[in-house]
Amino acid sequence: MSMATTAPTRRPRVNLAVVAPIVALIVLVLIGMALNPNFLSFANITNVLARSAFIGIIAIGMTFVITAGGLDLSVGSMAAFVAGLMILVMNMLTESMGGGLPVILIGIALALFTGLAAGFINGILITRAGIEAFILTLGTMGIYRSLVTWLADGGTLSLGYEMRELYRPVYYDGILGISWPIIVFAVLAILGEITMRHTAFGRHCAAIGSNEKVARYSSVAVLRVRLMTYVLLGTLVGIAVVMYVPRLGSASATTGLLWELEAIAAVIIGGTLLKGGFGRVWGTVVGVLILSLIGNLLNLTDFVSPYLNGAIQGVVIILAVVLQRNTGAAR
Amino acid sequence: MRKTLIATTALMGLTAVPALSETIGISIPAATHGWAGALNFHAERTVARLSEANPDLEFVLTTTSDPGQQVSDLEDMVATRGIDALVVLPFESEPLTGPIQRIADSGVWVTVVDRGLAQEGIENLYVAGDNDSFGRTAGTYFADTLDEGAKVVVMRGIASTVDNERVAGFEAALEGSGIEVLAMDHGNWNRDTAFNLMQDWLSRFPEIDAVWAADDDMAVGALAAIDQAGRTEEMFVVGGAGMKEMVQRIQDGDPTVPVNVTYPPAMISTAIEMTALGLTSGAPMSGEFIIASELITPENAESFYFEDSPY
Repeated sequence: MSMATTAPTRRPRVNLAVVAPIVALIVLVLIGMALNPNFLSFANITNVLARSAFIGIIAIGMTFVITAGGLDLSVGSMAAFVAGLMILVMNMLTESMGGGLPVILIGIALALFTGLAAGFINGILITRAGIEAFILTLGTMGIYRSLVTWLADGGTLSLGYEMRELYRPVYYDGILGISWPIIVFAVLAILGEITMRHTAFGRHCAAIGSNEKVARYSSVAVLRVRLMTYVLLGTLVGIAVVMYVPRLGSASATTGLLWELEAIAAVIIGGTLLKGGFGRVWGTVVGVLILSLIGNLLNLTDFVSPYLNGAIQGVVIILAVVLQRNTGAAR
Repeated sequence: MRKTLIATTALMGLTAVPALSETIGISIPAATHGWAGALNFHAERTVARLSEANPDLEFVLTTTSDPGQQVSDLEDMVATRGIDALVVLPFESEPLTGPIQRIADSGVWVTVVDRGLAQEGIENLYVAGDNDSFGRTAGTYFADTLDEGAKVVVMRGIASTVDNERVAGFEAALEGSGIEVLAMDHGNWNRDTAFNLMQDWLSRFPEIDAVWAADDDMAVGALAAIDQAGRTEEMFVVGGAGMKEMVQRIQDGDPTVPVNVTYPPAMISTAIEMTALGLTSGAPMSGEFIIASELITPENAESFYFEDSPY
């Protein structure tokens, strides 16, 4: 009798909050294998990974911002603006300097710097002027979106043909058939996970998101750490743009539309708390892959009407989060 | 250009006696995508041309990014500028019908461009592209060029009446040709979406003979994906709306981009010119003016290339 009552507590518990995103990912992969034999082909896998890289790289930065109790709605517009500016400057430099590698390097440097500066502006206004992150980044979202439309004169900014050919390998080539965006995404994800888990910065983010006052009393430089999360995110937006521009060599008013929401969704699916205090970068990576895989699967089949793509994505997002929250509440 | 002018010649209220100064109000959507950008470009160009030719004409040009703002703009035009004629591309049909009707009732000449109002008989002049013909022209080219049993994929735009009419025209033209449509999905008139969609279709189908991208922005995305997969030789891509890079490729005889179909954003110029002409000359201008979609081929591509257009 006594054995029967003690047994349940001894059984090793599977922590659903940890495994839920991975289970969802595995289920999606199994569905994909059942639906289409080409799903696991090398080309399809690398396509999905490479297209995940843009939002993935941004979502890594978003994980830090959200963990520290912040939010950034401007990243999609920021990406479009940085891409537009980068193309515009590279085209101008091609005329004056005659193209070549230096122009590309200047373009890359400009993208990284503009991203960093845009992140800094968001961060400094949120921390020093004390504006709510939601409202401030809603404002900058509109500003960057308008700026890129204005830069493009309502049309599309396209990189000159010669530069496009020279820059193209950054998206399409790589090592051993693994293209650069995938490699960069993987490296950044590993660095992000290490930073979150094993550095003072990562722990400070969680501390601030969990309880700002306690963090301040524990001599955490709250404002500076919070500012740094936005600067980091801005820089990662710059890196994402450096990977994005060589793909189609163009930017328009619709570039990066809704990327911010996809990035935030990926972060939350991955198990990071929207109210801050806890974040995990590997979860974010899984979240990004889940979102891309849904789109990929829907394109590989006629199973669902294309009108319902958004609905399927919505259901998966909610399911992934419900699984985690239920287990969290039970404990 | 094949243009159908159905002049109802029922001379409406406005008897155009050249006054000292006539004001034409123009309200169009803001340049949020390539086609609308070109619309703005052509509107500005026409206004500049007409202002120079007719010192008596004044123009008020506003661009809006949502229906609510457009209603406010129209009210402002009537209240503060006392416009004599209005050229409007309604952002959405339903919400704009009432406000435009009130303006028409007050005796202002109304020209509606491209997007029809929810009720008939409000506008004096209707200038529009032909979406059915847009799809049908592309479909006819497919039916003429491809063999029976050929496999095609279709990229649709943002789910809307415009898109439905185009696809219906395309499908009607394919009927009986024996061409198989493998898949149809929404690329939302967006390069990135089209790129991903095409990548996935290339993984899914071992054989594709042609792609109807229904818009040149999507064609750009599709072409990049086909290029990446190294299957350029296998298929051709037909876009639409006559983006200048596409027209350039047709002109150069690129086998992957053999033709294109027009849906000219310059129709705003047609509308403004006709309105101005009606206002200043008294020539009858009321009725409908439908601009058919044309096939751009290597032979005629030159006349569709606008060097300084943003699109």
